[in-house]
Amino acid sequence: MTETEVFNVLSQIPDPEIPVISIKDLGILQGVKIENNQVFIDITPTYSGCPAMKLVEDLIHESLAGKGFDSVQVISKLTPVWTTDWLSDDAKRRLEEFGIAPPEKTSPNKSWLSAEGPKIIRCPLCKSENTIMVSQFGSTACKAHYKCADCLEPFDYFKCI
Amino acid sequence: MDLKEALREFCVRQGDDAVVLSHRVTEWCGHGPILEEDIALSNIGLDLLGQCQSLLNYAGQIKGNGRTADDYVYRRPENLFKNCLLVEQENGNYANTIARHFFYDVYHFYLLEGMQDSKDEFLRGFAQKSIKEVAYHIRHSSNWVLRFGDGTEESHAKIQEAVDFIWRYTGEMFENDEIHRTLAEAGIIPDYETLKSKWDAKVNEILAEATLIRPDQTFMATGGRTGIHSEKLGFLLSEMQYLVRAYPDAKWD
Ligand SMILES: [Zn+2]
Repeated sequence: MTETEVFNVLSQIPDPEIPVISIKDLGILQGVKIENNQVFIDITPTYSGCPAMKLVEDLIHESLAGKGFDSVQVISKLTPVWTTDWLSDDAKRRLEEFGIAPPEKTSPNKSWLSAEGPKIIRCPLCKSENTIMVSQFGSTACKAHYKCADCLEPFDYFKCI
Repeated sequence: MDLKEALREFCVRQGDDAVVLSHRVTEWCGHGPILEEDIALSNIGLDLLGQCQSLLNYAGQIKGNGRTADDYVYRRPENLFKNCLLVEQENGNYANTIARHFFYDVYHFYLLEGMQDSKDEFLRGFAQKSIKEVAYHIRHSSNWVLRFGDGTEESHAKIQEAVDFIWRYTGEMFENDEIHRTLAEAGIIPDYETLKSKWDAKVNEILAEATLIRPDQTFMATGGRTGIHSEKLGFLLSEMQYLVRAYPDAKWD
């Protein structure tokens, strides 16, 4: 297998927490290198403490088992620093269909400290823009908790960072 | 002082802050005052745990002593932990927890901000990543300081009491010892005087907005950075390390 072929195989692995997008869509899968029949795979965590990283590693090993490589090494890197800007428009569409409001583009504000401005998060269910943030912290590290003031359903918003 | 020694010690201090504070917040898991807060604190604890892992694994690589984050966290007695006394303070009521976090978050945020252009490649990337997470932490704790302070008579009294109690543990974060000076001179971490003035400005701003009084107490407790802790850390570690010490061969799966 070539590096591109390995990359394509790994691109099929769904994110363990959001199965409608792959680890490639999400930007966790960073690159593949093959040297002397050994594979080196770079991955980067979405959040420092993302508990799905170990599972992602296992899934990578699983999908390359029996492919004839002498060894498979998964290397976790912090840089380039993960950002939701890496999500493609297509991935964002699939997120919304799945019921998770997709992230906005990150603001150019480098300070990170200023509270997020008033932004409009569209309800993924009824598409109303009349929504309210319940908590900055949601069901997983990468999501905030919102509710829709029209259809009254709660939903997750994929925080932009 | 040897630069590598200083760097390793600094990473151990920061990693220990993160793991001890992470353990404290997860003590709220299942006991939070409302579900959203239970979830918020668990998320914050998870961020800190991830940061601790990166820092302590890196510490183990410096000068090749080969220890992993697990070795550091599970196999050291309390006098080898270098976290500041602030983070080991007990949760108390929710105002106590929030006050402890608020003072630490402000320090943590500006420290990371100053490390975003660190001369050390690892710390630079680490800071660029972690600051995005800590921005959420500081917004969370300062929002609660504001809500409690500018809330009811009871919430105001509780947060003021919490601020007054925890204040004595805030000085230790800015003790400018040889380790900090060595690293600041090498452009690896920000200068602690600047860090302190940014912290003061932010703390004053939020306390004033929350109608709280900044304590004028000048006595500051010290010892954590050199391994002299309150008895509270021992209890925390005995819980955290229990499984690994009782069953040294235990493994996941
Ligand atoms: Zn709706």
